[in-house]
Amino acid sequence: MSLDDFFNDESFFGDYTFKNSPRAVKRFPFPFPEDDYMYSVNMEPHVPGRPGSVFEHTFDVDEHYVAEMRDRARVLKQDPLRCQSLPHMTLAGWDLLELIMESFARDYPQWFSLTKSGNDWHWINRPLNIDQKFTFLDETTLPCGPMEYITRQAQGDFTLQDQREDTLWVEAGMVTTQADWSLDFDIGMNFHQWHAPVPVAHELGVFDRALKFLLALQHGAPVRRFNWTMTVDPLLDTSPENYPKWGPGKTTLTKENIGKRQHLRVELQTLFRLPRSNAIAFPIRCYLCSFEDLVTQPKWARRLHRVVRDLPDELATYKGFIRNRPLMVEYLSQFDDGAPTSPGWWPEE
Amino acid sequence: MSVGAAKIPVIVTEVVEVNSLIKRFRFVREDGGEMPGFSGGAHTVVEMDDHGVRRLNAYSLMGDPGDRTGYEISVRRDEAGRGGSLYMHSHVKPGMRMLISPPVNLFPLDLRAKKHLMIAGGIGITPFMAQMAQLDALGARFELHYAARDRELGAYMAELVERHGERVHRYFDVEGQAINLQTLLAGQPLGTHLYVCGPKGMINWVLSTATAMGWPKGALHSEEFLAPPVGQAFTVELAASGKTITVGPAQSLLEALEAAEVDAPYLCRGGACGQCETKVIRCDGHIDHNDHWLSADQKAQNSHIMPCVSRFTGAALVIDR
Ligand code: FES
Repeated sequence: MSLDDFFNDESFFGDYTFKNSPRAVKRFPFPFPEDDYMYSVNMEPHVPGRPGSVFEHTFDVDEHYVAEMRDRARVLKQDPLRCQSLPHMTLAGWDLLELIMESFARDYPQWFSLTKSGNDWHWINRPLNIDQKFTFLDETTLPCGPMEYITRQAQGDFTLQDQREDTLWVEAGMVTTQADWSLDFDIGMNFHQWHAPVPVAHELGVFDRALKFLLALQHGAPVRRFNWTMTVDPLLDTSPENYPKWGPGKTTLTKENIGKRQHLRVELQTLFRLPRSNAIAFPIRCYLCSFEDLVTQPKWARRLHRVVRDLPDELATYKGFIRNRPLMVEYLSQFDDGAPTSPGWWPEE
Repeated sequence: MSVGAAKIPVIVTEVVEVNSLIKRFRFVREDGGEMPGFSGGAHTVVEMDDHGVRRLNAYSLMGDPGDRTGYEISVRRDEAGRGGSLYMHSHVKPGMRMLISPPVNLFPLDLRAKKHLMIAGGIGITPFMAQMAQLDALGARFELHYAARDRELGAYMAELVERHGERVHRYFDVEGQAINLQTLLAGQPLGTHLYVCGPKGMINWVLSTATAMGWPKGALHSEEFLAPPVGQAFTVELAASGKTITVGPAQSLLEALEAAEVDAPYLCRGGACGQCETKVIRCDGHIDHNDHWLSADQKAQNSHIMPCVSRFTGAALVIDR
């Protein structure tokens, strides 16, 4: 398959030509293993998963790669503050660059290659037409800082956390596809400060346990979890800065257009201890799937209906869809015949 | 979670007698691959099969973090201890296969520092060796003050002076030399971070002096691994797993949990990191809280125990494992 055939030519704003191929729908990381949804931190080891799934590899590069990188460049041009790194985080940026380059070159040799001779590295990214020779750990040999350089070539948002005083501090990041949060607002915050807005979870003490777990995260033993929300239109950049642009979309949803316009937005969040800096990398990868595409899988259709219908009000509010919930439930109920669903979130074969 | 990452099978390639108390060991991967990168201040946990007793001891990595061909540690022989260091000294030979953990750093550099001021006592020098190599490569500003009993026991002093020149200051107790801490601390530029590693007395002295002089807590860093003390055997009831175990005189409670195949988290195995913290359900007797993790309150109430270093005497101890 040629490069042009694999990667979609699509947009995530304006005319929204984003689409999932049937193959992409099948591998969508549907986030509900059961008909009930409970907020939990549910972390599991980030080990290679089923071939073809989004965690077959350390980082998933899919058909949206080229278009997403183009969208990132567009957002950065309008708002350069979406990428920030405090000076002491440069070493962590190099760690991240190494992790991504090594993983991409190992897992997708048809698209990426990395050759090293000591600290002289040669990186080739065929889908984006990049051929770069540089000196590892020498910033002057790259067109920009190492974190910015590599995250302009990797799908998903990234934050880098420094570990001090028994907590984690968000002190660098590339954030252009966020679900309603802001790097510019959160930078410099510690773990509990940046999780402050999540309701319910604090009472359960889940953050204290999660923090203790993360402080002990080991190099070579990354973990992952899922998060999800709802987005009207396949807009990657639903940032608070841009609310006036995407917020009103929620009010124009109708019975007729909901299948096409309402998307389930799933974040695959992974956490890696970085070797040289002892920082933690937090890639947040976003997957979008329209309701119309989701209901092509009967198991997902039934389950999504039940989850959306039964979610406690405060979570539906937090996730920003309380207003449209009745419409969603009405649409989804057409595809739920009440039959039992099998455990786990894979679609029925 | 005994904290996730797979152990690394290694071969011992060098055993060097550094002085009458210290030996240095070098490990390379059995499969010939590169070691994971690490950050200065990190340690590895070395697994030993000491005549049927499984011991896991943490040792600071002292090599250059930029060098991924192998890991080096130094072990000081502790005659009175439980045997881990004696095992390393008398049984570990070049060519031997061992298992070590991926690196874990509980004594990291704060890279925001304008300057790194390091104070080492004796074998406490090892984490600083890796940190200085890393800071040197980053072009950061640092200074080491290293005290040892005498010239013979001042391990690696000559190499460090050769590598880092005037940034290394040496003190020998027997020659009546001592760090003039007040003056040293008073003369530091704003934004300096202070690191200390060495015997307990030295750590307390450095931290309390700095605190009294108004240094912010966030700028003070120390590392002290306690060797798990020996004692009387004792019995512990495990409420969660429904087992009852006996902890041997030269065994830690953590080791006894592991021997009974009870999942027990850990990182430092030296009472410092907090990972092994366990709720006490009933304590009819006395817990020797040997850690420096629990608060004075928790210790007084016996609400928690750190199985890596703490012991018990009395009628009954029930813990949540
Ligand atoms: S393992 Fe670190 S305190 Fe017990």
